Amino acid sequence: MSPIRALIVDDSSVMRKIIERSLRQAGLDLTSVIEAANGADALALLDTHTVDLILSDINMPVMDGLELVRNLQSIERLRGIPVVMITTEGSETNVVQALSFGAKGYIRKPFTPDQVKEHVLPVLGL
Amino acid sequence: MTKAMTETNTMTPLADQSLATPIFDRTSWAQLLEDATREVFEIMLGTSLNACDPVASPRGGEFTALVGLAGNLCGVLSIRCSNQSACTMASKMLGVPAEEVGDDSFDALGEIANMIAGNFKGKLAGVGNHCMLSVPTIIVGTSYRTHSISGGITLEAFFDFDRKPFWVTLELHE
Repeated sequence: MSPIRALIVDDSSVMRKIIERSLRQAGLDLTSVIEAANGADALALLDTHTVDLILSDINMPVMDGLELVRNLQSIERLRGIPVVMITTEGSETNVVQALSFGAKGYIRKPFTPDQVKEHVLPVLGL
Repeated sequence: MTKAMTETNTMTPLADQSLATPIFDRTSWAQLLEDATREVFEIMLGTSLNACDPVASPRGGEFTALVGLAGNLCGVLSIRCSNQSACTMASKMLGVPAEEVGDDSFDALGEIANMIAGNFKGKLAGVGNHCMLSVPTIIVGTSYRTHSISGGITLEAFFDFDRKPFWVTLELHE
């Protein structure tokens, strides 16, 4: 499996750790994991870091996950990075919005490591 | 829709999503709240919760997490537990010893409240698209009082977590 650099965006530090653990349990070879507490911090990190995958919460202060995805699509260098949303906001409206903005997948909390594997590997072409 | 875009989970199937306004039924909603709580603990903590006798459970708890609901379901969901229980929950979520948890116990309790609220509203027909959740708030200590919403509805669920009481309360506007 190819080495993966991941960005995890969630205002909960506990959830960021759980997501990272789930990615490793999914069998991903994570060479680096960077973390951000909201969309604005994530965009700032992406100025200086290159990643292969972004997992993002939706409901966050400062800049939410939907706005983050929309911003990513407007930046040519970042447009191709696959984004998977992980959130408690499991409404159909949010799913449709996230996907229409460019997200490639959607996982609802609470989630199992198997669900992370099921949703993340395909967006990486694995 | 690709496989990655589909949503699968091990939770109870949703009821009919076509209705826009939820119709309150105390018995079924109380059961949904209990189910939503149990599922969060089973999936995220790998722990089964036992029902607890509310009469034998002293109210209180050193840690309280609050999550607001706004939309066609308005109110506050709160969970309460002891300091030790909050540390144990964070320990189970993170897979680390309880003594290594530190301030992550606040964050873990807030996430648990958030997931219970999200899971509960997801089980109510027509609510998911029309109800938003707030970012969780954590209260530490027991010296505070909350005032119920006037004319509102209160649902409560009582559990035994790691041999200590754990309470879930949902106060809703009628």
